[in-house]
Amino acid sequence: MALADLFGSTNLPWLDIGGREGDVVLSSRIRLARNFREIPFPNRADFSQLAKVQAMAASVLPDLERAAGQPFDLVDMDKATPLEREVLIEKSLVTRNFLRSPQHRVVFISEGRHVSIMVNEEDHLRIQCMAKGLDLDASLDMASRIDDLVESKLDVAFDEKMGYLTSCPTNLGTGLRASVLLHLPGLVYTRNINNISNISQQLGLSVRAIYSENDQEGQGNIFQISNQLTLGFSEEEIVGNLKSAVKEIASNERRARKALELYRKDQLEDSVWRAYGILRYARFLSEKEVLDLLSKVRLGIDMGFIDEVGAACFSDILIGSRTSYLQNMAGNENMSGSEVDRMRAATVRHSLSKHRVK
Amino acid sequence: MLCDECGKNEAHIHIVQIGPNGRMEKNLCEECAAGYGTSMFASQQKSMSVDDFLKGVFSSASETDSAAPGRHHELVCPNCGMSYQDFHDTGKIGCSVCYDTFRQQLEPLLRRVHGSSVHSGKIPHRSGGALEMKHEIEVLRRNLQEAVRQEEYEKAAEYRDRIRVLEKELGKQEGGLSNGSR
Repeated sequence: MALADLFGSTNLPWLDIGGREGDVVLSSRIRLARNFREIPFPNRADFSQLAKVQAMAASVLPDLERAAGQPFDLVDMDKATPLEREVLIEKSLVTRNFLRSPQHRVVFISEGRHVSIMVNEEDHLRIQCMAKGLDLDASLDMASRIDDLVESKLDVAFDEKMGYLTSCPTNLGTGLRASVLLHLPGLVYTRNINNISNISQQLGLSVRAIYSENDQEGQGNIFQISNQLTLGFSEEEIVGNLKSAVKEIASNERRARKALELYRKDQLEDSVWRAYGILRYARFLSEKEVLDLLSKVRLGIDMGFIDEVGAACFSDILIGSRTSYLQNMAGNENMSGSEVDRMRAATVRHSLSKHRVK
Repeated sequence: MLCDECGKNEAHIHIVQIGPNGRMEKNLCEECAAGYGTSMFASQQKSMSVDDFLKGVFSSASETDSAAPGRHHELVCPNCGMSYQDFHDTGKIGCSVCYDTFRQQLEPLLRRVHGSSVHSGKIPHRSGGALEMKHEIEVLRRNLQEAVRQEEYEKAAEYRDRIRVLEKELGKQEGGLSNGSR
């Protein structure tokens, strides 16, 4: 029952612990934008053209399964419930834009959840490959293999000078967006995070807090850094540039954590244990509260203050505490805010006791 | 007068804030005022989406050559029917053929967005066999020059031989395809 697992478990191997630079880097992602020749891009295509793209993509699915070495689940957005769609967004397997009109929007998701191919998002194909920790090479390798396979069977829009042709000119050329998810509590607490995002911009990289609603500050100290330019550089150059920036940020983050430990050890230790205490025993928790406390707990685990729970609780709670995930588990999209908050607190308590070490 | 916020430094800056709670006046030192500056700037920044911004960039790109009004406004992609004006409004291209149709208008814009208008990454194997070889030759040439500059002549000779082999192959392919698509 692979689909039940997709919507009803927090299992997302590319968020697991134990990756390279895993104390700071959560996961790596490669996205390739590809289009078929002559068929209008999804924003200008009619239903019959969208259906044609869908059929073309489906025709290469068996080959893709062979390339990835595992079966894919196919989710049709038109048939998925609104809550199921939201869960896929919460798991970063599809984008918000993908759901704007669900007709002929399908996504292929590998059994291991590290490959997701959106059909008829902004481009005909959006190939995404994820890996835990800092491992852009493995993801690029997989994405490239899938791309080669698609291109061997179907006519992909390509121009000698402009490269792979995409719906938005900002993706033109390689069609590649490489991104890395970082946990940066040290840089946030030492107020260095703005410097990092300013410097990154000068290197052609963009940094954004991924959990931020409306105009609020980012929550959970989780940031995504990605390349902005796609044309004029090779895939390896883009990935190499991002990789070296990430390594630099990671060493800055570690330095910040050391500084915190040196100057504010007692306060820090108190703060991470308090966060743990609230998550462990609270009866009502909001989404934002969980993220902020969870970040502290993870910091406490990574710095060796908290030893009674494993870092694996992080991704379990990160996914398991999202509102749509909880509502979908309860099978009820009309839960009141406090009902959701109560269920969230219970889920978090359960997850922490599941991951207890002693 | 001391700063209303920190109460430590001399206040040099007077700000008036009009918000949901009415009018507020404060005397601040430079340090505290700087904080206000970023918060005001940040909230303005966030209200603007990337799409809006790009639309602005794209349309300003065309203003520069508005000396010939209507010329490329009439240009319509034969494949999907998108006009250049549509692109203005949405910031999105219609289909792969559009890139050919509007090549002239798009190139300066790409240089503006990416700092380059020439692709130097991956090339599809099937449709771009010869292209791939040309690209490889180009890379090898660059390596060759670099090797010569570094006075690594053995390496340079290797590159040169490899270039010769590829050029021969390319010649064969293009000879066979002389009546082909390009």
